[in-house]
Amino acid sequence: MKIQFELNGAPTAVEATPMARLLDVLREDLRLTGTKEGCGEGECGACTVLIDGRAINSCLVPVVQVRGAKVQTVEGLARDGRLHPVQQAFVDHGGAQCGICTPGFVVAAAELLARDPQPDAITIREALAGNLCRCTGYQKIIDSVARTLSGDEEAAR
Amino acid sequence: MLRIADTFVVERPRTVAAALALLDAHGDKARLVAGGTDILVNIKHGLHAPEVLVDLKAIDGLRVVDLEGDVFELGALVAIHDLARHPGVQAALPSLARAAGLIAGPQLRRMGTLGGNICLDTRCVYINQTHFWRDALGYCIKKDGTVCHVTKVGKKCVAAASNDTAPVLWTLGASVRLASPRGVRELALEDFYVNDGEKNTVLAPDEILTHVRVPRPAPTRRMAYQKLRVRDSIDYPMLNLALAFDLDGGVVSNLDVVVSAVAARPRRVKRLPEGPLSAALIDEAAALAHKQVRPLTNINGDVAWRREMVPVLLRRAFAEALGEEAAA
Ligand SMILES: Cc1cc2nc3c(=O)[nH]c(=O)nc-3n(C[C@H](O)[C@H](O)[C@H](O)COP(=O)(O)OP(=O)(O)OC[C@H]3O[C@@H](n4cnc5c(N)ncnc54)[C@H](O)[C@@H]3O)c2cc1C
Ligand code: FES
Ligand code: FES
Repeated sequence: MKIQFELNGAPTAVEATPMARLLDVLREDLRLTGTKEGCGEGECGACTVLIDGRAINSCLVPVVQVRGAKVQTVEGLARDGRLHPVQQAFVDHGGAQCGICTPGFVVAAAELLARDPQPDAITIREALAGNLCRCTGYQKIIDSVARTLSGDEEAAR
Repeated sequence: MLRIADTFVVERPRTVAAALALLDAHGDKARLVAGGTDILVNIKHGLHAPEVLVDLKAIDGLRVVDLEGDVFELGALVAIHDLARHPGVQAALPSLARAAGLIAGPQLRRMGTLGGNICLDTRCVYINQTHFWRDALGYCIKKDGTVCHVTKVGKKCVAAASNDTAPVLWTLGASVRLASPRGVRELALEDFYVNDGEKNTVLAPDEILTHVRVPRPAPTRRMAYQKLRVRDSIDYPMLNLALAFDLDGGVVSNLDVVVSAVAARPRRVKRLPEGPLSAALIDEAAALAHKQVRPLTNINGDVAWRREMVPVLLRRAFAEALGEEAAA
C-alpha cells in the first residue's frame, strides 16, 4: 500500500504494508536510523517521534495511521547545519552518555520547548516521564533541557 | 524486536456506520483499534490474531467534549492527554482529569483514547507476556490454557481491571453509549463491567463504544482519585481508588468509594458511613475498605502491602477531595 505523509517538512511516499510499524518504515525503508527501538512495547520512549507536533511512540503506530500527517524525527531537528538548541544543550551539558535514549529524549524535549520555552524542573520531568535512560541518572538530561538556550540567546552565541 | 504480525487487513472507516458495517461483515474475526496502545501490544504478544483490524481513528465526531448540559458528553476518541488537560474537565470533574493524567506516560497519553481505556483488556502477570514466556510456563485460562496460575484451583480467570478511568467514572455515575447494527443502547458503567477476567465487559463483538455520559455533579460533590504504581512515570496501577461524596454544611452524604486493579471488575465498597465530617468517619470508611478489598497475586506488588495501602489511599483521597478545607 502506498502511504503518503510529510516527513521532516518534505512530502514523502512509501510502499509499505499498513501494519508495518512507523518505527521500521522510518529506519528501514526511509533509512532514518536516528529513531531507536528499545522495548517495542511503549515503555521506553527510544522510538519517540512527533506526529502533528505531538510526541508519540513509533513502535506502537501502524504506518497507516500517519497517512496525511506531519511526522518529525530527530533528523528533522537540526536546521541549516545547526543543531536544534536542545541538541546543542545535550552536547554542552553532558546530557548523553551511550546515546541510545538520546534521540527519544531530544524529540520529547523539543515538543515540550515548542509549547513551553522556559519549563520548570517539574514540567520537564513530566514531559520526559515516558523516556527511559540507563546511563545518566536523568539529572544531566533534565539540566540540559532546563539550560537550553532560547532563540535569541542561541543567535548571540 | 516486537513487530506487529502482518497477517491482517486494516480498514479505516470514516463513520460509525461504516465501522459497524465492517464489524457486521467480519464478525469475531475483526477487532477494533483506537490508540492501539493496549491492543497492539497484546497482538505482539500473540493474545489476539484478528483477520481484520478496524481502525477508529479516522472517524470524526467522536472527539467531542461537551460540558454544557445536565449530562456531559465525552467522545470515545478523546485522547487521554486532552482529557487530562481540558480546563472544563479539570474544573467540573477533577478526579477524572487527575486519573487521566496518571495513565501511562506522556507519549502514550497522546496516543491512547478514553474509549480504549474503558475497554482496556484485563491484566495479569501470567498473561501480559510474550508468547515465548507463556509457552515456557504453560498457558492459562485467559488464552490457550486450562489452568489459572494465580488461584491454582479456580476455573475462572481473575486478571485485573487495570484502567484508571473506570473506577472514577463509576463514582461519577457515568454511562456508556454503545452502537451496534441493532441500534444504540446506553448502560451504566456498573452494568458494563462483569466479574470475568477473560472478558470483563458486556460489549458485543459487533458493538462500538461511541460516547461516555457523565451527569453534571451537584455543587456539593467532592471527588478524588488515588493510584499506586511501581514507577510513577509510566506504570499501570497496582491499586487505584476513586472517591466521591456530598459535603453540605459539614455533613458527608452519598459517600462512594470504588477500588480497582484487584479483580476483573472494579469493586465498590459497601455500607459506607454518612454524617458530620470527622476523623472518625474517615477511619470507619478506611476500615471498611480494608476489610472488603482483597488484592490477588494477579498483578505486581506484594499482596499484603497492596491491601494495607487500601485505607492509606482512602485517607489520601479524602485529603485530596477536601483540599484547603482539610487544612482549615
Ligand atoms: C507502557 C504502558 C503503560 C500503560 N499504563 C497505563 C496506566 O497506567 N493506566 C491505564 O489505564 N492504561 C495504561 N496503559 C494502557 C493504555 O495506554 C491506555 O489504557 C489507553 O487509554 C488505551 O486506549 P487506546 O485507544 O490506546 O486503546 P486500544 O489499544 O486502541 O484499544 C483497547 C481495547 O479497547 C477496544 N476499543 C478501543 N476503542 C473502542 C471503542 N470505541 N469501542 C469499543 N471497543 C474499543 C479495542 O478493541 C481493544 O480491545 C498503558 C500502556 C502501556 C503500553
Ligand atoms: S521502543 Fe517504543 S517505547 Fe520502547
Ligand atoms: S545515555 Fe545511555 S541510555 Fe541514556
